[in-house]
Formats: sequence, structure tokens, C-alpha cells
Amino acid sequence: MRAVLSKKRSGKRSPVLAAASGPAASGIARTWTAVAWAAVAWTAGVGLSLGAIGPAQAADAQIESGLATVRKVGPKGAGHKEALEAVKTLGKAPAAELPTILAAMDGADLLVANWLRGVVETVAQRELDAGGKLPIAALEQFLSQTSHSPRARRLAYELIAKIDDQAETRLIPGLINDPSLELRRDAVALAMRRGEAAGTATAEAKAAAAKAFREAFTHARDLDQIKAAAAKLKGLGEPVDLPEHFGFIMKWKVVGPFENAGGAGFAVAYPPEREVSLAAEYDGKKEKVKWNDVSTTDDYGVLDLNKLVGPHKGAIAYAYAEFTSPREVAAELRLGSVNANKIWLNGDLVATNAVYHSGSAVDQYIGAGKLKAGKNVILLKIAQNEQTESWAQDWKFQFRICDAIGTPIR
Amino acid sequence: MSLLQQFPGIEIPSTRGACGRRDRVVFAGRVLAAGRAQSAGRAQSAGRVLAAALALFAASSATAADWAQFRGPDGTSVAASAKLPTSFNVAAKQNVAWRAELAGRGPSSPIVVADRVIVTSSDGPLQEKLIVACFDAKTGKSLWRRQFWATGRTYSHPDSANAAPTPASDGKRIYAFYSSNDMVCLDLEGNLQWFRGLAFDYPKAGNDVGMASSPVVVDDTVVVQVENLGDSFAAGLDAATGETRWRTPRRASMNWTSPAVFRTLQGKNAVLLQSPKVLTAHDPKSGEQLWQFEADCQTIPSAVGADGRVYVPAKGITALDLSEGTAPKVMWDSNQLNPGPASPLIAGKRIYTLNRSGVLSCGDVENGKSLWQLRVGGTHWSTPVIADGRLYCVNQEGKARIIALSDAKGELIGEADFGERVQGSLAVAGNALFVRSDKYLWKIATP
Repeated sequence: MRAVLSKKRSGKRSPVLAAASGPAASGIARTWTAVAWAAVAWTAGVGLSLGAIGPAQAADAQIESGLATVRKVGPKGAGHKEALEAVKTLGKAPAAELPTILAAMDGADLLVANWLRGVVETVAQRELDAGGKLPIAALEQFLSQTSHSPRARRLAYELIAKIDDQAETRLIPGLINDPSLELRRDAVALAMRRGEAAGTATAEAKAAAAKAFREAFTHARDLDQIKAAAAKLKGLGEPVDLPEHFGFIMKWKVVGPFENAGGAGFAVAYPPEREVSLAAEYDGKKEKVKWNDVSTTDDYGVLDLNKLVGPHKGAIAYAYAEFTSPREVAAELRLGSVNANKIWLNGDLVATNAVYHSGSAVDQYIGAGKLKAGKNVILLKIAQNEQTESWAQDWKFQFRICDAIGTPIR
Repeated sequence: MSLLQQFPGIEIPSTRGACGRRDRVVFAGRVLAAGRAQSAGRAQSAGRVLAAALALFAASSATAADWAQFRGPDGTSVAASAKLPTSFNVAAKQNVAWRAELAGRGPSSPIVVADRVIVTSSDGPLQEKLIVACFDAKTGKSLWRRQFWATGRTYSHPDSANAAPTPASDGKRIYAFYSSNDMVCLDLEGNLQWFRGLAFDYPKAGNDVGMASSPVVVDDTVVVQVENLGDSFAAGLDAATGETRWRTPRRASMNWTSPAVFRTLQGKNAVLLQSPKVLTAHDPKSGEQLWQFEADCQTIPSAVGADGRVYVPAKGITALDLSEGTAPKVMWDSNQLNPGPASPLIAGKRIYTLNRSGVLSCGDVENGKSLWQLRVGGTHWSTPVIADGRLYCVNQEGKARIIALSDAKGELIGEADFGERVQGSLAVAGNALFVRSDKYLWKIATP
């Protein structure tokens, strides 16, 4: 931990500080008087020394110890007591340490990232309220390094934007294909504004607008931006293929209904869960059922099982698809359904959601898996319950396979 | 200001009658037919009333001038002695002290702590950005703003948002809770104290219509109610550390009600948890269940406790006598007082409810008798407030009404229009009304 943080540390460092990476640092008294002294030493470029270990070393050790403590925060309140003290101490760190604190988010989970974010905002506000400055150059360097946590990089940008009203136009346009969804979103928003500004008064203006909207559409990963860019392109008479953009699976084989009275069928492993045999005939809810080829032309890949299987209540349908991956790769299997559901990838159960009629959205449920190079088999179980309310009649799903930021795998 | 002025709802209870024979009361594991439960029928000593008042005062460091949680300091939505304007006009800026622009969205209500107004919002394409904003109550100036990332599910109905629960405060810290089941604890200067992702711990906790239950903080414990079709539970978190003091499973069903603090006449605090089939009371620190009352409770408006009684939205309203502290006895129920999404209010001897059709009802807390009704109009997600004998309510269209209350009638004496949607409940601090609309935070007060 210390080595990683030290390597990424920014700002002028004293020779004493640079030498303070040994085990002795952990024995330093953890007071922020020492940190204040260290800040003076850094500014003056003077290597102060208090005996064997100087105040700068103490500050360095204190920060690294504090960050290591916060990184130990875990689920169910684990590590809270220790982290409570650590965030108080870290909140008094000099603003020059902001990149170091941000770097501690690298590889951290969201819990830890939130604790660290709280520290970053405390340090930044304290500095700005006191009329101080943020380390803009170091933050910009941090932003430029895509190896850092995407969230930390966006937070670095937010800090820069607090005091630089040109930050957006200066930094964002080059980030339209960024691994950070938030920074990519910022860049897509800029492209949309560029398209709007181009107008439609002339053929050249229309072409410029279409180019900007196309750029926005191509790189957008958030549903609202995709919809907005698609609408603009359509308005200009430009072709838009939403299922292609998202990577929705449009063709399936479906079998059902199977029994789900009282919701009990959700836990029952009907024959398709044990082995998919596309030529087989099964005992269904009321009669023999077999696999049927179905497809959708819906822009968002929605398949309506009420139409494809029938408006059954207390029923289960299975959907089967084959997906060809160009390589072995980690993937997210993203399902939207207002019905209870399960997802299998190559026979492995990757998601179970026993929730009925509690809202539906694109990418609502995500199962993580690894695709094989070549053919992969997807099996979905979509369960309808017996609610009678008018708003509880839908039985449908939409499904796609993509990477962690929503880019379809092809 | 005396204690009794601060807590005017506390009065000496009088004789009550029992009804609601189909309901069941459970105490210490024994099921009693409500019809067999005997009414308490006795006066309480002034000493016990004072003990309850002191317990109420001691339960939190928040001052009497604060409105530190959903429905105010004692959960009755009443600030009896506050002097609010009897008229205001948003467009003409009459009695509008200030208006502050808000980032993001949120049906949550503002709270007021130590001259600071705290508002939560959520923003981003998936409402994944959790915002806590703090404003100077006197001037409306932004004092600080903090942002975090949601760790749980952020989906909601388009009319709701991740920032649906109202934050709570004990006067020392702010506890901001979100539909994603993330709890942010900050001090009053905005410094992070701790962060807890409950859905990080229990990944199936969530409801894609959106959760909305607001936390309460009592006896150094933050109590949350996370009831849904997945991991359904209630929990008490150590207010200082965020560590779990207790966690108890709840029935897996969708529910949006909020925990309520109930101070017994014996001076002890209990937390009420209202679920679709049962109302339970728990010791705040241990989570130990003290009693339960089985009934078909509503899933949006929440129970309110006052003067040794609990009023639960079931069969309209069902009133429970808890003068003995632990054994609920049904006093009455009344369908005429059936509340809509807004929670019931208790002001002294009167109960007020707003139904789904926008009809305001006034009832007698002794017997549930409806005294009068007044058509206010509109759908109210926002729970009204009562101050100085007047009820202030705002419907979801942003239309505000001021109603003078008496035993004979409710009289509409003022109207105003915020010009945009209002979903959050109202807050009162000092002599000011705080309203959160879609884009703005408003302070309504006489100059």
C-alpha cells in the first residue's frame, strides 16, 4: 500500500520525506502538528529532521496509515471504529495530498471509495474556505491517467472545475471514449451541445449537427443520452439502430408455460434447467409445451411473453439464445424484467431475482460471467405471479451482453 | 418557552373505549383478542406526563427550534407555538424570506438543525449521485454540499427518486438515507463521520419502484426500515459509529412507511415499525420487540404516537391505548379518518388526516368521531404541518392551503402556488415554514 501511494504521490517532496518509507515510519506519533510542520517543510523545500525521523516523514506515514485504515472498511460496519479516527486525521491533510487520497480509491470497493470521497471533499473545502489553492496540475495529471479509479478521476475533475470555469472546454472533449462513465457522459453532453449549436439552417450546418450527434450516439452509454442522441439523428433523417447499439438479443427460443402457482415454480428446476433439448416436448402448466422461435423488432429488445406464450398467470417461461463471443472475456449479462427471473450462462446460474412487479428498466439486473470464445448458451427463466391488479399483468423481458460500462461485446 | 409550550400535544388522557374486535394484540408472545382488551380508563398523573415530556426532550440533542426528522421533533407534525405567516404569495415574494436552488431531485423533506437547513437530493442518469446540501436557515446561503456514490439499487418510479427518505439529525450529526439503502453520516459542518451501504451488506434489499422510508434517531441509535421483496429487515445502527446494534428480519413485501418514535408515559422510548400486516414496537438500542399489533396496515402513511397512544393507519385509523407502556389496547378505529399518502397529524385532542381525494378530516382522539371534513383538493404526498392553530398543506401540484382549525370546522384562509411539484413533507423551525419543491428550497416567514 505504502509503495503504491508513494509512487503516485504528487507535489514537491523533501529528501527526508522520500526516505521515510521504512518500517520506522509506522512508529511516528500521529499528530497533525507534525503534518503542519511538514507542509511548511515541503513549501520551503527544506528537509527538516526531528531526530531520526522528521515531521514530513511523520505526515507521510500518518496519511498512508490513515488511508490504509480506511481501506479496511468492509461490509456490515467492519473497520468503522478505526476508520472514524482515520477520516478525522485525514481531513486535516494538506490539499497537496489530494492526489494521494484519490489514488487510494484505486482498486477499492464503493464503500471505501465513499469514505475517501468524504475525506477529499473535507480537505478541498477547508482549503478553499481558507483562501488556499488546490493542486491543479497534480489533479490534471491524475485525471489524465486512466489507470486510476474512474470515480477518483471524475472527482479530480470536479475539484478542478470548482476553481477553473474553463475546465470543461479544456479537459472534457478528449474524454468521449473514456473508461469513466461519468467523464464519458460529460463529453457526450458536450457533443450534444455542439450538435444543437450547429443548427439546421444550411446543409453544412445539418451535416455538422449530424456529425456531432453521431459522435454522441456512438459513445453514449447512458440510456438517457442514447435516447436523446438517437432522437436528434432521426430528426435529421439519419439512420439509427438502437438494438445494435445496445447489443440486445433479438431472437430467442421460448418454451412455456410451466406451473408457478403461489410462486412455488420459481424454485422448481423444470427440465430446461437440467438440460436444454430444443427438440424436446415437456409437461407444461396445462398441456405439452415445446420450444418456439420468437423474435422482436422493438428498439429496446423487449419480448412480450403475454403475446408469445399467452397471458398466463402463475406461470413460467424459459428463453434460450446462443451468443458468439470473439474471445474469452468477462461480461455482464443485463436483464430488464418486471417479473421474477434467473439467468444462466453456459449452465452456470449468474443471477436470481425473486421480485415481481416492482418496476422495470433497461439493465435492471446484472449477472457477471465469463464468456467463452465461440458459442455461449444463455438461458433465462421469467416467472409471472398471480397478482390481479391492472399494473401487474406485464410478462416481458429484454436482455443484452456487454462489458462493465455497457459496450456490447461483439 | 416552557416544556409544555414546546410539547403542547401532551395532555392528561381521559377515559377511552375499546373496539376493533377483529384485531389481535400480542404482548410477550400471547395473542389477546382486542375485544377482550380492557380500556385503561384512568387519568395519568402530571408527574408521568412531565416524565414523558422530559424523555422527549432528552431523546435528542436537537433543540426545540429544530425540525430534525420526518414529521418534526415528536413525529406529530405539529409546531404548536410557531408563528407562521397567515398568507404568502410566491410569485409576489410576499412572506418569502428566500429561495435556494437545489441540485438533483428528491421527494425528501428538509430538516432544520442549529440554524441549518439540510436537504438531500440524488442526481445522475441512474440517480446514483447522493447529495447532501446545507443552507443557512437565516439567509438561504449555501454552506456546504457533499456528494457520494450509491452502492445499492437506484431505480425508482419516475415520480420518485433515490433521495426519497427524509434525513434525520440528533443535533450533532446528520443521517442521510437513500432509496439505495445508503446511509451517509456527516457532522453539521459536512465532514464525513461514517458511511454505510446496507444494500452492500444485503444485496437483495431494494425496490425498483423506489424505497422511501425515513430513518429516525433515538437513544443514540439510527433506526431504518428496509422492507421489500428481497432482503427485508429493520436495523438499529450506532449513531456514533454506524455499526449495527441490531437487525431484525421483516416480512418480504413492499412497504414505504417510516419508523416512528413513541415515548411512553413511563418515559421510555420505543420505535414503531409499521408493516402491511403488523405494527411492532421495539427497544431502540437492543431492537427487542416490546409488543405487536396485527392489522392490515397501510404501506405509505406512517403511525404516530402521542400522549401514551398510537394512531396507526389501519381500518382508516386505529387508535391504540398504551398507557401501561407495553400492552396495546384498541380504543377505536375509524374509516372516516382514512389517510392517503400523507401521514396523520396529532394536535392535542384532535387527529387530522388527508385522504387520497384531498379531503381533510378532523377527528376526536378519544373516540375517533369525525368532527368535520373540508375538501382541500389534490393529491398530497407531503404530510402537512400544524402551527398556532392553523394547518399548512401543499399538494403535489404545488398548491398550498392554509386552514384555520377549530372544533367546529376547518376554514380555508389562505392559498399559494409554488409553481412546481411538491412531494416532500413540510418543516417548521422558529417562525418559519420550509418547503422543498422540485427545484427549490423555500423559506416562508414574516419579515
